[in-house]
Amino acid sequence: MAYITYGRREGNLTIRQKLWDLNWGLVLLITATASIGFVMLYSVASGHVDPWAAKQMARFAVGLVIMFAVALVDIRTWLKSAYYLYVLGVALLVAVAVTGHIGMGARRWIDLGPLNLQPSEIMKIAMVLALARYFHGLSLEDVGKIRYLIVPVVMVLVPAGLVLKQPDLGTALLLVLGSAIIFLLAGVRLWIFGVAIAGAGGALPVAWKFLRDYQRDRLLTFLNPENDPLGAGYHILQSKIALGSGGLFGKGFMLGTQSHLNFLPEKQTDFIFTTLAEEFGMVGGLALLGLYVLILAYGFAIGLRSRNQFGRLVALGITGLFFLYVFINIAMVTGLVPVVGVPLPLVSYGGTAMLTLLFGFGLVMSVYIHRDIEIPRRPETIGL
Amino acid sequence: MERRDASRFKTFSRRTLLLGGAQMAMLSALVGRMYYLQVIESDQYAVLADDNRISLHLLAPRRGRILDRYGTELANNRQNYRVIMVPEQAGDISRTLAKLGELIPLDDGQRVRIMREIERQRKFMPVSVADNLTWDEFARVNLQSPYLPGLQLDVGETRDYPYGETLAHVIGYVAAVSEQDVDDNDDPLLELPGFRVGKSGVERIYDMPLRGKAGDSRVEVNAVGRVVRELARQDGEPGNDLVLTIDADLQKFTADRLAREISACAVVLDVTNGEILAMSSVPSFDPNAFNVGVSPEYWKNLNSNDLKPLTNKVIAGQYAPGSCFKLMVATAGLTSGAITPDHHVSCNGQLALGNAVFHCWRKGGHGTIGLLNAIEQSCDVFFYDVARRTGIDAITETANKFGLGHTTGLDLPGERPGLMPTQAWKKKNFHEAWTPGDTVVAGIGQGYVTVTPLQLALMAARLANGGREITPHLTRPAVMSDDSPSITPQLASLKQLAIPASAITLVQTGMNMVVNGERGTAKAERIKEPGFFMAGKTGSAQTRRITKREREAGLKKQEALAWEERDNGLFVCFAPVGNPRYACAVVVEHGAHGAVAGAVARDIMLQCQKLDPARRGTRGQVASGAAPATPKPDRDG
Repeated sequence: MAYITYGRREGNLTIRQKLWDLNWGLVLLITATASIGFVMLYSVASGHVDPWAAKQMARFAVGLVIMFAVALVDIRTWLKSAYYLYVLGVALLVAVAVTGHIGMGARRWIDLGPLNLQPSEIMKIAMVLALARYFHGLSLEDVGKIRYLIVPVVMVLVPAGLVLKQPDLGTALLLVLGSAIIFLLAGVRLWIFGVAIAGAGGALPVAWKFLRDYQRDRLLTFLNPENDPLGAGYHILQSKIALGSGGLFGKGFMLGTQSHLNFLPEKQTDFIFTTLAEEFGMVGGLALLGLYVLILAYGFAIGLRSRNQFGRLVALGITGLFFLYVFINIAMVTGLVPVVGVPLPLVSYGGTAMLTLLFGFGLVMSVYIHRDIEIPRRPETIGL
Repeated sequence: MERRDASRFKTFSRRTLLLGGAQMAMLSALVGRMYYLQVIESDQYAVLADDNRISLHLLAPRRGRILDRYGTELANNRQNYRVIMVPEQAGDISRTLAKLGELIPLDDGQRVRIMREIERQRKFMPVSVADNLTWDEFARVNLQSPYLPGLQLDVGETRDYPYGETLAHVIGYVAAVSEQDVDDNDDPLLELPGFRVGKSGVERIYDMPLRGKAGDSRVEVNAVGRVVRELARQDGEPGNDLVLTIDADLQKFTADRLAREISACAVVLDVTNGEILAMSSVPSFDPNAFNVGVSPEYWKNLNSNDLKPLTNKVIAGQYAPGSCFKLMVATAGLTSGAITPDHHVSCNGQLALGNAVFHCWRKGGHGTIGLLNAIEQSCDVFFYDVARRTGIDAITETANKFGLGHTTGLDLPGERPGLMPTQAWKKKNFHEAWTPGDTVVAGIGQGYVTVTPLQLALMAARLANGGREITPHLTRPAVMSDDSPSITPQLASLKQLAIPASAITLVQTGMNMVVNGERGTAKAERIKEPGFFMAGKTGSAQTRRITKREREAGLKKQEALAWEERDNGLFVCFAPVGNPRYACAVVVEHGAHGAVAGAVARDIMLQCQKLDPARRGTRGQVASGAAPATPKPDRDG
């Protein structure tokens, strides 16, 4: 028990120290959430582990290993590699724009044999790391100066633009909003946010011109879904019917008529929350939300305990992204926001999103393990 | 911690709290939204979810059978062996069809139809590939089915008429629902694919009771409409069986006998109750062909045929009755008092009226002749005289009472009324006055007078039953049993026509002499079997006008004329003489003489009496019994 030290733990830690300090409560919460996903994938496959649940479990196992590996890597190594990862991410985005695999009418993948690499997922992590590193190097006074904001804004807009061009409105939105959270926590003046929001509002009519037809359709049907119940509004309407008919306690495990009779679109991916809420009712939905809130709380606590700005921004950046996933997905399936392709984190079927999130939580845990390490504002002065 | 970092941390921690608060608020909004959808609006969405998943499928009821009076099936439902295809399971559709084509005949037209239906429907909806396979074909496809992906064998039901052409005009046929049918009736069954409704005959007129009530099956369907499982099922009510008055054996005999003629028809009815025992019209058609979808060639052939095989000539053929009408002229003359029973006329072979001359069929004339002999020998001049004395309106009045000049009320669609003229009728339709010549011509059943064979049979029946009102009909409440009312007829309960009994007895006697008298026009056609004697009246009606030149050049024998120029041969009769039970009318189109029709009628009436259920088992006894006395011809001059 020699390693139970509540004081500051600076310097290099041993693997045993790190493993002991792994945030096992967070691991448990993540596993519990993912398990809800397995159960729901089992249900939407009408009581079969194929084609989704078994694969999802395997991915989760791989993801956990990656998460632990990421967690054990020193936070300073992540700081050092942040810009390199960012450059790699942008390069991959450009590559996918040039030679992308056409899927779902949008170019998003690079085919690497068994693995479909989705550069936009890598970009989410790389963006958090790169912005955290940038703001780590700025003093509060510098953050208050507009000229120091030009570089990070460009850092956000270049990949966001590339992703939007794919076109992947959901990811672009996540990149911009996730980055905004880091800007906020880094101490950027609040009035600048006001100006940005006003500017975005003014740019809306211009943006409308650049949206693809299906994106415009989605926005229009969001505004009035019942207008065209068999057309584009079908998804939202069927999702609401599923939720509503589920009631307080749900129709029972594997008894959701809307999902089992295929009235729900993408029932195993973006609309899996609908199936959960149909079969387990509002109670089931609230239980999952509760797990998410606990995970968020862990993220906030870890961020607040970190003794370095990089760690804080990484922890809260990742947690913020996670929150955006949760909020946008649930708001979408309940008809509060337009349909954008954002999966329900840890629950929706899908490999890349799962790996991205677990990689991100690895970073959060790394922040926790290396919470007491102080990193100077200019790390290159100490050889980083 | 350096000082500058402390200030950054202060900002960071403050804004973290702000962010956390904002996130909690947003998540609370989600919870509120869930509460709204899942608690407040839950009931409404539950209904919508059920609307989504539950679909109502109609189940076609089994159509009622049609039976003859003894319970023989005249129309039933045959199993229809067919092959259907589910395109999504078939894979390479053209290859599967090619393979199927090696097993059963499959022409290019069918292939085109199948491909078109596949295009139109969702891929899991079955498409009918081949219908009405024989058992051999069905078995062959069944054996090869492992190599025919997507093909399924199915046993449906299809209407079958075992008697085919024999009963086609009475039973009619069923065929696919037309738009007109749907407009006339809102029965949801009509929307069912493959449903058949009665299109003619009793199939049409009794379509509703035969059809039955639809059942339904509540099934759970998925988003694309595929049935997942059945939730509840309510079987419909099968259609009622319909019992006809037809005697299938007699019907078959009648149709076969008529088939020896080119174009003819006959009807037999029970004079005690109006039940129709046989009704046949040749040429006929195959009702089974309509059920499975009639081929265009067959349809064209039926419609362009001059002999009108689709028409039931018994009810829709309107003929000049010829000499058969003399029975009505005589009855009218006696009833109106225009003549007395001992009225005599001198026939010298013609009657001059104004500057027109009306001939008797017998060149030298009949000499002085009384009523009975005039009927027996069908003297034209005698009836010219009676008609003139009686007048057209009185003749028509009597004829109407016997069922001529209006539809009889038979339960069969397509009956026509014939025509019994009056003075007013001619004025109204031709704006001309009725002339004495018109009456004279009507006296021998020519001119404006037309009748249907059914009306002739009804007339004979009403003469035979002593002037009682009966209505011809085709259906019975149940099949015959030992206590059926028609076994012991109750004539007394029937309503009497206002005709003196003496007049009817006289006409009956005249009819007896036509067949059984020494000089009767149908002497050669008499029934010789004791107990089965028949009484009747011949008729031959010109189908074209004989010109004066032809008459002067000497009339050709009917047999020397082209078929379509010959006279129509008619015969009305009843049997047995003395206790009439059956009446019959036969029309042989262009049959030249009433005798031709008489021969047909004789064969039918003999068979009818032999098949008489009331005599079954006691036939020998009756046969050996005394024959009714042949009435002595009332011979004058």
